[in-house]
Amino acid sequence: MFLAGMVAVLVAMVLALARAFLGPGLYDRILAINMVGTKTVLFIAVGGFLFGRPAFLDIGLFYALVNFVATVAVLRLTHYRELGVLPREEPW
Amino acid sequence: MVSAGVVLDLVSAGLLVAGGLFAVSGGLGLLRLPDFYTRVHAVGLTDSAGAGLILLGLLLQAPDWATAVRLVLILLFLLLTGPTATQALAQAARRDGVKIWLDGEPER
Amino acid sequence: MPTLTFLTAFLFGVLVATAVAITRIRALYVAAMLAALFSLVLASLFVLLDAPDVAFTEAAVGAGVSTVLFLSVLALTRSREAVTPRRKRWPATLAVLLAGGTLLFASQDLPPFGASDTPVQRHPVTGTYLVESTREIDIPNAVTAVLASYRGYDTLGELVVIFTAGVAVLLLLTRLPDPATPPGHPAGPPRGGVVLADYRVLRVVSKLLLPPILLFACYVLFHGEYGPGGGFQAGVILAAGVVLFGLVFGLDRARQVLPRPALLVLIAAGVLLYTGVGLAGLLLGGAFLDYDPLRPGGPPAGQHLGILLVETGVGITVAAVMTAVFFGFAGRGVSR
Repeated sequence: MFLAGMVAVLVAMVLALARAFLGPGLYDRILAINMVGTKTVLFIAVGGFLFGRPAFLDIGLFYALVNFVATVAVLRLTHYRELGVLPREEPW
Repeated sequence: MVSAGVVLDLVSAGLLVAGGLFAVSGGLGLLRLPDFYTRVHAVGLTDSAGAGLILLGLLLQAPDWATAVRLVLILLFLLLTGPTATQALAQAARRDGVKIWLDGEPER
Repeated sequence: MPTLTFLTAFLFGVLVATAVAITRIRALYVAAMLAALFSLVLASLFVLLDAPDVAFTEAAVGAGVSTVLFLSVLALTRSREAVTPRRKRWPATLAVLLAGGTLLFASQDLPPFGASDTPVQRHPVTGTYLVESTREIDIPNAVTAVLASYRGYDTLGELVVIFTAGVAVLLLLTRLPDPATPPGHPAGPPRGGVVLADYRVLRVVSKLLLPPILLFACYVLFHGEYGPGGGFQAGVILAAGVVLFGLVFGLDRARQVLPRPALLVLIAAGVLLYTGVGLAGLLLGGAFLDYDPLRPGGPPAGQHLGILLVETGVGITVAAVMTAVFFGFAGRGVSR
């Protein structure tokens, strides 16, 4: 049963990787790599149960965080068309 | 009379399979859909749904409280940050001028 | 078991495919993202090999910090790789073949994986680390016991290496204030251009997430004795939180939270804490970096205190160095 979940997660990872290699343009690749990141978190979670090591869940939580920060970083640092435009100041 | 353990296992298996199906369908959508914005739909929806179902399935099999709490934390984190990341990605692409696919155009 | 072999083989295949793709793609932003993917798959492999601390560190450094730094650098230069002329490819190919060939040749001498007569199994030091540590140090995570106590001197050296790297980056990247502009005068549009605070969803979620991220960093630091984790990983998580804040709310506000003088003090503080613990052991009658005399209750109590202080020192310096490096790179602004 865990094995079925693991296989499904791996298949989804391969499909997303195909898009990461193919995807015309940068944004498709960012999306695909974000999805591979989430699938890796699931892989680590299911793998922890499959191999009897629940301590892996700490790594899964940490990787979910790293995935999010890396996606935000790519957005911020590749958004080069909007440079020089001053942002509107929101109250908070 | 079916024991609680077997029922738990069955429900867990069902959740895991359902979550797996969502994940795979998200991957398929990522490959087959014609443009970036449609792919964002596929990924955003199925990431949250698939991750939620798989983690709920694992939660029912958790051996102790510490593991269960960690699973719940991962679940909350993924549910919170997954849609945020895809929304920000789509908005950034819109601002950057990525064009929306219209019916009849070649796939991009 | 065949599942493990299949999974490992599959992940290695993905690794090779990613590496080939990185070398072939000339759009460097994409290559940076694929490098993050590479580190991610490598971290999964480490998880499969039952090495969670290494997986933690690999995920942190390879997929988190390195990606952010690569992307910051790409914002400063051209982002498309120039084609290498043919005559320059031969020395590079030769070097790669030589290095790879030597490694492959040397790996023939390695004992089979998991065999019962490898030096790791036979050497008495393994018995000391695994068995004696429960008596002398009494923490469940043997990796932390080795890292922070038995090999504490090595870890101090690694910390000084990180410290030196941070100092070197700061020396290279610090922009001295322009003498023509009087202090207090606004320097023009905010350096770093666009701020992601325009994206309301992202802004709210980031504000919500920052306290849990900092709490998680503290948890990883203190829990490093019982599970995978420790000072280095905690420092990286802290830095990731500050990077998230800086990316979403702008570098100027992040600099207000952690101004340069505070960062400089923190970079040194961790190393001083570590060395201070070592000297305290010396002054209290033991050797340098001997934690036993730190507390009157006998060896395990002193070891616990020593390991805690030492890991905190590592975490502080790592977090401060990574934050300073990020500010240094990203703060130069995009000049195109």
